[in-house]
Amino acid sequence: MAPSALSKLSEIAANDALPVALDAVHKARAQIDSWVRTMLGRDFDERVRYVSQSLGPSGVDPFGFDPEWAKYALAVTAFLHRVWFRTEVHGIQNVPSGRVLIIANHSGQVPIDGAIIGTALFLDRDPPRIIRSMVEKWSQTLPFISTFFGRCGQVVGVPENARRLLEREEAILVFPEGSRGISKPFSQRYRLTDFGLGFMRLALETDTPIVPVAVVGAEEQYISLANARSLGKLVGMPAFPVIPQLLVPGLQLPLPTKYRIYFGEPLRFSGDPDDDDAVIEEKVWVVKATIQSMINRGLKDRKGIFW
Amino acid sequence: MAIDMATGKLRRNRAKDATAETINDEPAVLVTGIVGRLGKRVARNLHRERRVIGVDRRPFVDKPKDIEHYEIDVRRTKTRDIFRSNRIAAIVHLGVMHDPRASAAEHHSWNVAGFQKLLEWVTQYRIPKLVVLSSANVYGPSPDNPQFLTEEAPLLGGASFSEIRDLIEVDMLAQSFFWKHPETETVILRPVHILGTVRNAPSNYLRLKVVPTLLGFDPMVQVVHEEDVVRAILLALRPGVRGIFNLAGPEPAPLSHLLRVLGRPSLPVPHPIAASTLSRMWRYRVSSFPAPELDHIRYVCMVDDARARRELGYEPSKTLEETVRAVDEDRWP
Repeated sequence: MAPSALSKLSEIAANDALPVALDAVHKARAQIDSWVRTMLGRDFDERVRYVSQSLGPSGVDPFGFDPEWAKYALAVTAFLHRVWFRTEVHGIQNVPSGRVLIIANHSGQVPIDGAIIGTALFLDRDPPRIIRSMVEKWSQTLPFISTFFGRCGQVVGVPENARRLLEREEAILVFPEGSRGISKPFSQRYRLTDFGLGFMRLALETDTPIVPVAVVGAEEQYISLANARSLGKLVGMPAFPVIPQLLVPGLQLPLPTKYRIYFGEPLRFSGDPDDDDAVIEEKVWVVKATIQSMINRGLKDRKGIFW
Repeated sequence: MAIDMATGKLRRNRAKDATAETINDEPAVLVTGIVGRLGKRVARNLHRERRVIGVDRRPFVDKPKDIEHYEIDVRRTKTRDIFRSNRIAAIVHLGVMHDPRASAAEHHSWNVAGFQKLLEWVTQYRIPKLVVLSSANVYGPSPDNPQFLTEEAPLLGGASFSEIRDLIEVDMLAQSFFWKHPETETVILRPVHILGTVRNAPSNYLRLKVVPTLLGFDPMVQVVHEEDVVRAILLALRPGVRGIFNLAGPEPAPLSHLLRVLGRPSLPVPHPIAASTLSRMWRYRVSSFPAPELDHIRYVCMVDDARARRELGYEPSKTLEETVRAVDEDRWP
């Protein structure tokens, strides 16, 4: 009884409902496709083709990155990059072609800075580069988000994955400040918090150059008065920024500040990856100081927050 | 130590004496679980070049003439007679029960106790080669898995799916045997989802008319053609080969790509609904998939088989498309 009813149901689903739904999806996709093209120009398709070269017949790389998917996400971040934040990109050719760790300051309450760095490397560098970043393991348990992250080239944050990606000569974006950096209140803006040491051990182990990056402009996109850490703990979030603008209708979007991204010259380090924390810290300090001075220079150069 | 060795030798001589007239000195490959679809393929690939002895509870219906088949349970002492009266050069252990419907006790006794018995005879009769077919499922799908697991990764498959614990136990037994008995070349093969005419969960899943998937999840998966697994087993039988080897097939692809290759419609179901429905269907015997196995279409469980490619000389011969389409080829009645 039950199996026959089920098979009937599945037949209806397969023969009637599915084609209609698929047709609607195809139409919607065609429309979005044409919008994407007008937004990003013909050059964009060439860039997608360039990064797809090495992919197998399924069009997806071993880590689940799929340019056909990623281009939709890129269309949205490209809008933020070109129109909303009008990003000024400096020194992007400092990013080499082989394996590289991109180390940046983290700010702005919502990790838009990562998306903009990734978009800049795809749209503004010749040839384009796909950036991989490490996402929280917990995100893998969320429907849609896990698939979306994977198709956009994000990987689960375990050291094995980072090592494997660098061995494949890929670019990895790391924010050594982590959630400490992104949830800084407004009063602490542009002051780097403590750096984690993991990225340096990884760089030493895999002999990877480090490109320091300073993002200026993201701190002002959301103005956070304080970080209610204990409240965050209560709801299971790593931070709980207090952002009054979220209560004003229409201000949920980030403020349209002007982003400025500075890519520094690659730094190379050598030494034992298993050294004492004190030894590693010294090397991390060099990176941190470089980024801080790049931020300071950027702040001095800018005439205003919004232009 | 010397005494041990002496008594061992003594016992062996006595055994030889008792069956002096019946002993067959031509070295043979003993295949447990030979009647399974994979076992039959191994036997057919092997019997022209080497003597093959099969052990299985089930009758071997379309058996090639030169294969000797013993229709007995590995756990029974009668199996020992095979060792006594034949010179066994290698054992291919495929006789692992995967049926999640069998009772836990029967499952455990067959898989673990049976394998322990087999290991006893391997030591006693000094079999030089033991090939054990384990599975990449022993690692288990999980949200914090690295994209590619190496042979050193912990075997956590039982954490959410307890029925797989005896398969992990078999793998661990084989591992400790590998270390304790260097005189036997032990090979443990851990293939990813095997596809083909085999009647295992992944093949059966892909054979469904409408394939249910989990809404919002499309993990990268690895599959391997049964023939490629057979080739790996034959490679593992070569003298000098020992160790643990992951076996991946062609390049990994998203689950949705496999369904696209097969041209099967899929039915995305939200995970909580799928889990509760499936566990109910499982209870009422409408479905043959236990609910915890849903994790395989939710999280990654992929392996790095660089070691097999380097040391075993293994390379999958089938493309992804051929491998996936194999589930629809010549269905057995």
